[in-house]
Amino acid sequence: MDPIKRITKQQLFLPFFCLLIVLLINLIKSPTFFNIGIQHGVLYGRLIDILNRGSEIAILAVGQTLVVAVSAGTDISVGSVMSLSACGTCMMLAGYGVNSTTQLAVPMGIGILFGIFLGGLCGAMNGALVAKLKIQPMVATLILFTAARAIGLLLCNNQITYIRYEPYKYLGNFIPGCPIPTAIFVTIAVIAIVSILLRKTALGLYIQSAGINSRAARISGINSAMICFVCYVICGLCAGIAGMVASSRIYSADSNNIGLNYELDAILAVALGGNSLGGGKFNLAGAVVGAYTIQAITTTLLAMGVSTDQAPVIKAIIVIIIVVVQAPTFKEWIANTEAKRKALAAEGGQKA
Amino acid sequence: MKKLNKFSGNTVLLLITIVLFIGMYAAGCVIYSAKGFTHVQTFLNLLITNAGLICVACGMTCVMLTGGIDISVGSLIAMDCMILAYGMGVKGWPCIPLIILILVIGLIFGAVQGYLIGYLKIQPFIITMAGMFFARGMTAVICTDQISITQDMNPMFYKWANAKINLPGFLGYVNKKGKTVVPFIRPTVVIALLVVAIIFFVLKYTKFGRNLYAVGGNQQSATMMGLNVKATKMKAYILSSFLCSIGGICYCLNTMSGSVQQALGFEMNAIASSVIGGTLLTGGVGNVIGSLFGVLINGTISTLVTTNGKLLSSWSNIMTAALLCFFIILQSLFAYFKNRNNR
Amino acid sequence: MEQNELIVMRDIVKVFPGVVALDHAQLTLHKGEIHALMGENGAGKSTIIKCLTGVYERDAGEVFVQGVEGNVFNHSTEDAQKIGIATVYQEVNLCPNLSVAENLFIGREPLTRLGTIDWRSMNKRAKEIMKGLGISIDVTVALENYSLAIQQMIAIARAVDMDCKVLILDEPTSSLDDHEVEKLFDVMRDLKKKGVGIIFVTHFLEQVYAVCDRITVMRNGGFVGDYSISELPRVKLVAAMLGKDFDDLAAIKPEGEANISPEVMLKAEGLSHKGTVKPFDFEIHKGEVVGVTGLLGSGRSEMVRCIYGADKAQTGKEYMKGKEINIKAPIDAIKQGMAYLPDDRKADGCIGELSVRDNIILALQARNGMFKRVPRAKQIEIADKFIDMLQIKTASRETPLSQLSGGNQQKVILARWLCTHPDFLILDEPTRGIDIGTKTEFQKLILQFAKEGMSVVFISSEIEEMLRTCTRMCVMRDGEKVGEIEGDMTQESVMSAIAGGEK
Repeated sequence: MDPIKRITKQQLFLPFFCLLIVLLINLIKSPTFFNIGIQHGVLYGRLIDILNRGSEIAILAVGQTLVVAVSAGTDISVGSVMSLSACGTCMMLAGYGVNSTTQLAVPMGIGILFGIFLGGLCGAMNGALVAKLKIQPMVATLILFTAARAIGLLLCNNQITYIRYEPYKYLGNFIPGCPIPTAIFVTIAVIAIVSILLRKTALGLYIQSAGINSRAARISGINSAMICFVCYVICGLCAGIAGMVASSRIYSADSNNIGLNYELDAILAVALGGNSLGGGKFNLAGAVVGAYTIQAITTTLLAMGVSTDQAPVIKAIIVIIIVVVQAPTFKEWIANTEAKRKALAAEGGQKA
Repeated sequence: MKKLNKFSGNTVLLLITIVLFIGMYAAGCVIYSAKGFTHVQTFLNLLITNAGLICVACGMTCVMLTGGIDISVGSLIAMDCMILAYGMGVKGWPCIPLIILILVIGLIFGAVQGYLIGYLKIQPFIITMAGMFFARGMTAVICTDQISITQDMNPMFYKWANAKINLPGFLGYVNKKGKTVVPFIRPTVVIALLVVAIIFFVLKYTKFGRNLYAVGGNQQSATMMGLNVKATKMKAYILSSFLCSIGGICYCLNTMSGSVQQALGFEMNAIASSVIGGTLLTGGVGNVIGSLFGVLINGTISTLVTTNGKLLSSWSNIMTAALLCFFIILQSLFAYFKNRNNR
Repeated sequence: MEQNELIVMRDIVKVFPGVVALDHAQLTLHKGEIHALMGENGAGKSTIIKCLTGVYERDAGEVFVQGVEGNVFNHSTEDAQKIGIATVYQEVNLCPNLSVAENLFIGREPLTRLGTIDWRSMNKRAKEIMKGLGISIDVTVALENYSLAIQQMIAIARAVDMDCKVLILDEPTSSLDDHEVEKLFDVMRDLKKKGVGIIFVTHFLEQVYAVCDRITVMRNGGFVGDYSISELPRVKLVAAMLGKDFDDLAAIKPEGEANISPEVMLKAEGLSHKGTVKPFDFEIHKGEVVGVTGLLGSGRSEMVRCIYGADKAQTGKEYMKGKEINIKAPIDAIKQGMAYLPDDRKADGCIGELSVRDNIILALQARNGMFKRVPRAKQIEIADKFIDMLQIKTASRETPLSQLSGGNQQKVILARWLCTHPDFLILDEPTRGIDIGTKTEFQKLILQFAKEGMSVVFISSEIEEMLRTCTRMCVMRDGEKVGEIEGDMTQESVMSAIAGGEK
């Protein structure tokens, strides 16, 4: 195999390649893109911005990767679950019906744990529908896709609840004295925990086995339904954590806007990371790089004057392109045309 | 041979739906009779506000019969409304070409989705999800503001939107001033009911309609029996997007505005209507009459929530989702018992 | 092509990646004849039929069909139907949600003048067709409300009603009871009188002798012979299918010495799984190798699946080493020290995209539980040990399993079970699709395991293999355990036990 092919065959090639292109475009457009400075004692710059803002997507992508691998379907409720978790936390911290507070009703830790717990609960519900009742993952998660956001609104009494309590802002902004955005640490922690879980237990092997061939996995003694359920719970927990970060950034729970369109970003991150949306083998690192690539694209689009509402057009096109290229039928078609071309060339050669 | 049970699980599902609708409506009549819930007009309003949803649910039912799903409908409606509002409100274009444009866009949109799903065999959910974000994004690309269509902008469209078709007077009631209020419907209701009738006919009496059922029943068998599965699927998605465009026009006639946030979560209502109306998620079973009742149940929920006045509007979303969840679980229970009996 | 020949297939070759499914196979069907197509699993019966009906496209060979000019290439079932070839498959290929009448007519519904479906005439004609088959049912009810047998008859009715000149029945009788089979035979004889040629694939020997005129036997994708029914008695047929010349069947002595201890390893009482295997008893001692024999579809695989819990047993009790055990899922069986090498390697065994190493340690890991991960160093050690011991040919232990050849994949799956150190090993067709050398290795391994005190259940289509290794054999027929053979086993005695009935 020639070296170029060997590089392109690498699983991490696609996400890194895309990231590189996006960064390159930015560099050409604005040479100051890579500048990193320090303002008001914290790091400042486009790259830092991408790393910071990409945190939620990266956290969601971690959970989404597992779900895709085990069930060959995606969890489209993650964005709404983020919003629900944020609302749950703010409701706990502020007390029901309060729309702005400087005093916490319960310790912050309890509030945050409650939010993450809500995420896990949503994941458990999705998991039960998919693993036990064998409902298509996307239909099952569609329920919470609509309902979670609405429940969040209920928890917050249909208003935006502000938590004007300094430490609550730390998670999404900066801890005083530390120049690096806290969200980056949270992301690293989530990735580390899940990686350790995958490395130190047999979960990774189980997920892949159940995702590739659940019948064979069952014969080999793996409880495929249980593994599927666990993956959805992890995905829900990740959505909960992402919701915390998003809520902390704006120190409030804005049910209508937190996590909006994030499901698309998360799924796109998984696909860009070289993971097949058909399930099976997965690569967590790829999904994470994919997540930052998405964020880089979003940031670039924003810098070019494309609004947040408009950005999904381009992302939707990217998704379509990726799934079309991944589709077996398409691959077959390409292989066939290539074979025909070669056959024609050979024939032509013989005649000549 | 034992007597066959014609009263199969699917009929039971449809019956539950109808009983549920009557029950809910009756409960509404009892609780909110003071607020005019018992008037015929309240029921007609149900049809008027949900005319768009009825069209979309019919298309959704066709897609779901093949075992697929189309979640792009809500965004497509937002895009349709925006095109109408932007075209009439900002550009001042006449409405008939715009409506034709919208219908053509519906056809093209459906054809692309259908091709990718039918011929390239990509999961319908992924494709229509991309379609959902694409259409929503395009809405924002056209215009990010909310545009209202007023009488000055397009008198014709305004006239259509406000046209009343009066029903026979005996259905009306006498108000406090002693004047008889005659119940009325709007043209959109006629369109919606016409769509229901046509799709009902197509599903029952045309080859295409029966092929939808066959594909959903067992795709492999359908292929073996010599049906063109790929084309059937593609046509189903074209039909869905086309009906969605018609629904978009009805929706716009109702709201007379276009904005990016419009019809959020509409796909959920359409899917819920179909499922509540007895369409199986696995495909092959369902009909539009059931879906019509599904829409009515959906509408009743939101009417109840608004009539109450104290409840938050998000309750109707939650109720719909809960109902969808309930029916999905019911469906899998039915399937489970059927399997057990067969073995 | 002669006057009364309907179909002539010559030198058909079909290659799947890594497997030659058909190797110069041939088939000739005459007018007004019921022609049995016989062969063991993997002999290529289904493949040659699918090449004829357009499901597969053949790689080489000629097909001639009466009334059609030249070499025929069917690209889809539609093409085949157009030239008069109708097929009924073993799995009912109908839509369960549609009514009986629709299933009979879909794709060719009677239309009214307006181009809409004429339900009334469709239902009427459907009723007539079913009556013609002696079945009076409500044709407007969804198909799923009827038993599998009736569904199968409807599928046949659909094929018959299409005015075919060739009817292919691919194991249509597996879900029919005797009475229904008789009804089907009447229909077949009736069609035969009308000059239709019927290709009949079945595993039931009685049925072949009851209704067929000629038999084509296939083996390993190749053609063995085309016999008239009178020149091929049962035992000879079995011999032809299994690849033994009846005249030189020599007794094969088991190699190695039996080392059976009196200790009972596993005992099963009255286990059954509805629809696949009727209640059976089974007992195996420590260090014993027991064969389970019978033709494909006789329930031999289903029997062991039931013991292992791959299909949960619905009745009966199981005892392992004297203690009663309750097996709900395979993991329970694994924890009791059982291991099961499934016959359908691709669907039940391989996790294709995972590496050889992952595949080998999978069952061991499952037994240990998720949180006791086998350390990587240990994984490597185990994988290397078995790659070495079973001589698995792989580029490295990290190669994805799907890239290995069939035989080596099988060895990897075997390694998966061996590394759990089972007490009771079930091998279902471990040697299918494997070259001769590896087969011998497998046999040696089995004997070695037994010597080490393992109890082994061994299933193989090749009786010779079983004779070499087994000390006792259970015979299965039609989902029922019909007996056991012990002591002086010869190919002849086993074959007549399998064939059953008169010789």
